[in-house]
Amino acid sequence: MSDLPSSAKAVIIGAGIVGNSVAFHLADLGWRDLVQVDKGPLPNPGGSTGHASNFIFPTDHGKEITQLTADSVRQYREMGVFTECGGIEVARTPERVQELHRRMASAKSFEIEDTEIITPARVKELVPFIDESVILAGFYTPSVGVVDSLRAGTIMREKAMALNALTVSANTEVLDIEVTNGKVSGVVTDKGTIKTECVVIACGCWSPKIAAMAGASIPLTPAVHQMKDIGPVPEFADAKGDIEYPIVRDMDTNMYERQHGTGLEVGSYAHRPILHDVDEIPSNAEAALSPTEMPFTQKDFDLQDEHSYELMPQIIGNESVGQKYAINGLLSLTPDGMPILGETPEVKGLWSAAAVWIKEGPGVGRMMAQWMVLGEPEIDLHQSNVARFYDHHKTRTHIRARTSEGFNKTYGIVHPAEQWDSNRNVRLSPYYEREKALGAVFYEGVGWERPFWYEVNAPLVEKFGDAVMPRTAEWESRWWSPIINAEHLQMRETAGLVDLSAFAIFDVTGPSALDVVQRAALRQMDVAVGKVIYTPVLKPNGGYQSDLTIMRLGHDHFRVVTGGAHGMADLKWFRDHLPADGTASVSDLTSAMSTIGIWGPNARKIMEKITSADMSHEGFPFGTCRIIEIGTQRVLASRISYVGDLGWELYIPAEQGAKLWDAVWDAGQEFGLIPVGIGVYGTTGRLEKGYRAYGAELDSEYTVLEAGMAMKKVKDQDFTGKAAHLRHRDEPVVAHMCGLTITDHASSTGEKRYPLGGEPILTKDGQPITDAKGRRSFATSAGSAPSLGKHIIMAYLPPEYAVEGTELLVEYMGEHYPVVVERTGIAGLFDPTNERIMA
Amino acid sequence: MILVYAEHDRGELDPVTLQAISAAKALDADVQAVVVGHGAKDVAAELAAFGAVSVHVGNHPELLDFTPRAHARAVNALVTANSPRAVIAGGTPRGNEVLGHLAAMRDEPFASECVSIELASGDTAEIVRARWGGNLLDEATVTSSLLIATVQAHAFAATSADAPLSVSEFDVELADGDVLVRVEDRVGSSAGGVGLAEAKVVVSGGRGMDGPDAFVMLEEIAGVIGGAVGCSRVVTSAGWRPHAEQVGQTGTKVAPDLYLACGISGATQHIAGCKSAKTLIAINTDSQAPIMGFADYMVVDNVHTFLPLFIEKLKAASN
Amino acid sequence: MDIAVCIKRVPLLGSAIVLTADNMAIDTSKVGFGLSPHEECAVEAAVKLVEENGGSVTLINIGHIDGEEQIREQMAIGADRAILIDTNGAEPDPQAAATALADAISSDDTNFDLVLMGSESADYGGSQTGIRVAHKLGLPVVTSVKGLKIDSGIATCERAVGSTREVYTVPLPAVITVKDGLNIPRYASVPGRMKARKKPVDIKQVSFAGSRITTKQLVVPVQEAKGATNLGTGAEAADALVEVMKQIGVLS
Repeated sequence: MSDLPSSAKAVIIGAGIVGNSVAFHLADLGWRDLVQVDKGPLPNPGGSTGHASNFIFPTDHGKEITQLTADSVRQYREMGVFTECGGIEVARTPERVQELHRRMASAKSFEIEDTEIITPARVKELVPFIDESVILAGFYTPSVGVVDSLRAGTIMREKAMALNALTVSANTEVLDIEVTNGKVSGVVTDKGTIKTECVVIACGCWSPKIAAMAGASIPLTPAVHQMKDIGPVPEFADAKGDIEYPIVRDMDTNMYERQHGTGLEVGSYAHRPILHDVDEIPSNAEAALSPTEMPFTQKDFDLQDEHSYELMPQIIGNESVGQKYAINGLLSLTPDGMPILGETPEVKGLWSAAAVWIKEGPGVGRMMAQWMVLGEPEIDLHQSNVARFYDHHKTRTHIRARTSEGFNKTYGIVHPAEQWDSNRNVRLSPYYEREKALGAVFYEGVGWERPFWYEVNAPLVEKFGDAVMPRTAEWESRWWSPIINAEHLQMRETAGLVDLSAFAIFDVTGPSALDVVQRAALRQMDVAVGKVIYTPVLKPNGGYQSDLTIMRLGHDHFRVVTGGAHGMADLKWFRDHLPADGTASVSDLTSAMSTIGIWGPNARKIMEKITSADMSHEGFPFGTCRIIEIGTQRVLASRISYVGDLGWELYIPAEQGAKLWDAVWDAGQEFGLIPVGIGVYGTTGRLEKGYRAYGAELDSEYTVLEAGMAMKKVKDQDFTGKAAHLRHRDEPVVAHMCGLTITDHASSTGEKRYPLGGEPILTKDGQPITDAKGRRSFATSAGSAPSLGKHIIMAYLPPEYAVEGTELLVEYMGEHYPVVVERTGIAGLFDPTNERIMA
Repeated sequence: MILVYAEHDRGELDPVTLQAISAAKALDADVQAVVVGHGAKDVAAELAAFGAVSVHVGNHPELLDFTPRAHARAVNALVTANSPRAVIAGGTPRGNEVLGHLAAMRDEPFASECVSIELASGDTAEIVRARWGGNLLDEATVTSSLLIATVQAHAFAATSADAPLSVSEFDVELADGDVLVRVEDRVGSSAGGVGLAEAKVVVSGGRGMDGPDAFVMLEEIAGVIGGAVGCSRVVTSAGWRPHAEQVGQTGTKVAPDLYLACGISGATQHIAGCKSAKTLIAINTDSQAPIMGFADYMVVDNVHTFLPLFIEKLKAASN
Repeated sequence: MDIAVCIKRVPLLGSAIVLTADNMAIDTSKVGFGLSPHEECAVEAAVKLVEENGGSVTLINIGHIDGEEQIREQMAIGADRAILIDTNGAEPDPQAAATALADAISSDDTNFDLVLMGSESADYGGSQTGIRVAHKLGLPVVTSVKGLKIDSGIATCERAVGSTREVYTVPLPAVITVKDGLNIPRYASVPGRMKARKKPVDIKQVSFAGSRITTKQLVVPVQEAKGATNLGTGAEAADALVEVMKQIGVLS
């Protein structure tokens, strides 16, 4: 049976829903000579697709997943494998009722129609076998459905074969992936070797093992999701189809129940996290059922039996209804809960399409194909990008710690600012001990412990009184402190010291360094040494890959500084822009350099006390950087600001950081210097100034024009995304980034409520707003603007609404609050003319 | 000397007994047989023809049809009297049962379902016995001056080795309760039509049949060529077919001329029941399914689309 | 009627057996466990008899302490209590197992009317433990039973031989070993499982002398790859299949 081609344009490893979809969409976009292999038989090779529950609830709090799901549903419907049955998420607790309202809001933000909050009596009408007395409400989505994912996979494979684009080889095990000079060169299987420069790993929970063959990392773990099928259920005796009743998600018990023919399937995410290593998965031959249908462990389900009994006593309590089938089904969990997609940073031509659920499969396949063929997917996938991981993220300990913690949050009520408990204190800045002594409350960002606020500043809350905009509602008080707003106000009066060590920093050097940054950046990079340029970095489609600052430190030496969260993806982006001839290189200094920021009206006085360098406005203009001496230290000072006040970022080798901190701290005491947390830096300071943040306001689905960040003219030099950007400049802009404020915070109970971001923006008569490209308006960010005494919401609005003074609504926790468009341009609501920064 | 317990049913010798005699002959030329019950004498000649140098016929007025503990009692008396090195029987339900009783009476180890036996020096014997219906072999040492063992059906070939017929009869001395359990009656046929175990052709269906309805096709095929319908354990567990049709480790073990496996993947449990078929043909969508490793011919197709085509051709060919 | 059912925890295998590195055992790290199908039928028969006649079902399991999992599973379909004879991980041979089981049965407060077992275990397949237990208890034994009725203290047993069934009768108390096909075991219900969690399991320790059948090693027989001839698919294969059937003489 050695009909395996000896070479291929691309080899897709895996024939689950993802591999099949990637294969079809690559073919659809014109690629030929594709080979798909799977170690198992077809149509069910024995991976997670084969035992998935196959139902799809469209609403997620994240835009990326919601869009992937919507695209997948569209494809499933087109293939005729989607059965709409409706779905209800039920609440047993008041907190969950509030969460269901939050989900209603997300549904509106991301264009999921016809959802409604329904009463227990209405739930009972739809699902007659439920005991409605244990629930308080339901979130009903009529468009929930069930798919035949194996059939869908077969259809997609067959379509690709009909295009003469695909050879499929089942029962073919990959033994090795050959890598030559950092690039994929072949796939070795038990049926022969295929030469190829492109490999897609769509191997579900086996993906880490396959990636490791090439020296790459796909940090996921196989984990158990328990489910059982009971029946035959007398109530379903006349069931004709696969499913006729809405699927019930019993959110508070982390379970679901769905009718399946004459049976009832009960699934759980409530049991203890049961993680496996890839090597613990049996082979197809060893497995009694399939490799990913592992033996059911009843004692982990004992509590769940009782919970399902409570909700559906009529069926579960029927002694004649037996358990026909029960498995510990394997699925893939990642440390941050997101899929792992894209080209691996370790090996060129090696692509990951892993940790994908049935509900995202076809959409992921289509996006992967676009990414591979066209250079970018139409849905922004930065949260799923395989390049997002730092080294510590890839360790077994981290993966297991975070997936264990995250598993029981599958149906959880997860606050947008919720912190992880496990595997903390991985990356500590040189200032950590000093911050701890000041009562820092640490939030984690990509492993870094970052002070979010300092308890030592608690007395300032009293000082500023109501100006800190105190919150009474539990939800928006959670993971928040009025000290953040107090620090903000004090910084505006005197000065604040901010730990910025989480920045990702990398240097581009060599004779071609200018070319590299020029091609990556929208703005002109051929500037004088010592200039600091804040610039968008565009994808080929003219949307945002990133926004970051680049310092020209020498003729052939540029330093890129970008946010920690996106730092590794940016690092890969710049490396991908390196010339093949080796005349430029990128070196990662993230761990070598540490950074503090000092901002506020007194920042200059403090700096002048510790350095003899000229720190005057004229001598050290805004947007410049230079080395200054502070005692024995040579410090790279950069005069920019993300908080709206005069000041500098100070870069110092990490091992000298503590000494620098002490120098600034000591000098600042007489000028009222306080430690300021990331709460100010990341939220209040930037929102007042209208600064857009990557991942919130900025992503590849919005243009520079829409973000309001276009320059008067475009540089002559070529850069990635230039053609698209030029085109965008000639097109009408169909959405504008706007700054809105809430004009009345009082809820129906009179309590003041403060949205946290993600909420839908509605017209005055409560209708969702959609722009000409079909994108909904929602709060990309929301937070306090203490200097204004207001709560700001940033949102993209179509031109007819993007008019200052327009009155709109925001929906939050099931209620509407009036908002007004206060700013349509780039200028901040606070100090719009930047007098403070330019002081 | 090696004593072979000869199993017969009212005078009809069980073929595995002959295999047991051949297995014993390989260990010792002095192989003697013991046979008990109604019709016992009728089988003596056949035992001799395969090499039993002496046939002991145990008599007792109460011993007519099969009476397991009484048979063991008879064997036990001969063991005590003649001190054979081993007692061997066929690895059948009856053979295992009688030697099980013998082992219990003497509190000796009992190696059932052997596929290889070597007598070593002293009290030890090196045996290989089948576990998991033959899917796993256990290479073991049995320590006893009396080896009690049965041989797995078909593990040894029965070869004729003409010994002169020498029959000696003896009276069996029974103990209390020895005749309490015995065959008292026989009823009906369990499979209807052609018995599964004896059928020359078995047309068998598995999970790939996707439900009871498609078995109509298998019945049709069996009808045309005079075979029996069989199935895998999944099928009987799902209630699609009666258990009497189950082929496998815990069902019926078959050895037909043709075993036609339709939509059967080939779990360990099933293979144990059908691997003795002379010709095995598998119809399965997966050319790499485990059953293909045992098949002589394969059709890589879906049973639902293939069988109607095949039935048409089969009917045409048989007319 | 008080019934004891002897059960054994065995691995649930797929189509391939993988051994431990020393070839002395099956590698069960990736597989689940259950009962031999024969024993599932024995429990079902016991539960049904008690449902019809009253009484109790006591499970007796010898082996690994984790056998409690299988005990709870069978309690969920209706067994009332269990005795778990913990061998501390050791695998008793049939003689040792029979001794321990017989001791547990005879020393129990219940005078059992019936002891049900599987005719042979799925894994060891010794076909003797039930008989040995009967001898130790001084009870009659009927083996390989596929039909069972009990009336007025008499068990009428059927045993399949070829296409017919032999009938045996035996007065109780007796040991009866049964085969898969005796009945179709029911699936446990959720309420059954919930009740099972509260049912009593007595744990006993046992140790036993070395076996007189000692395994040197286990071997998975090499599957002689027959190199199946591929007849292809569709109509072409149908023709070919008819030809093959003519060749081997099943179709004239």
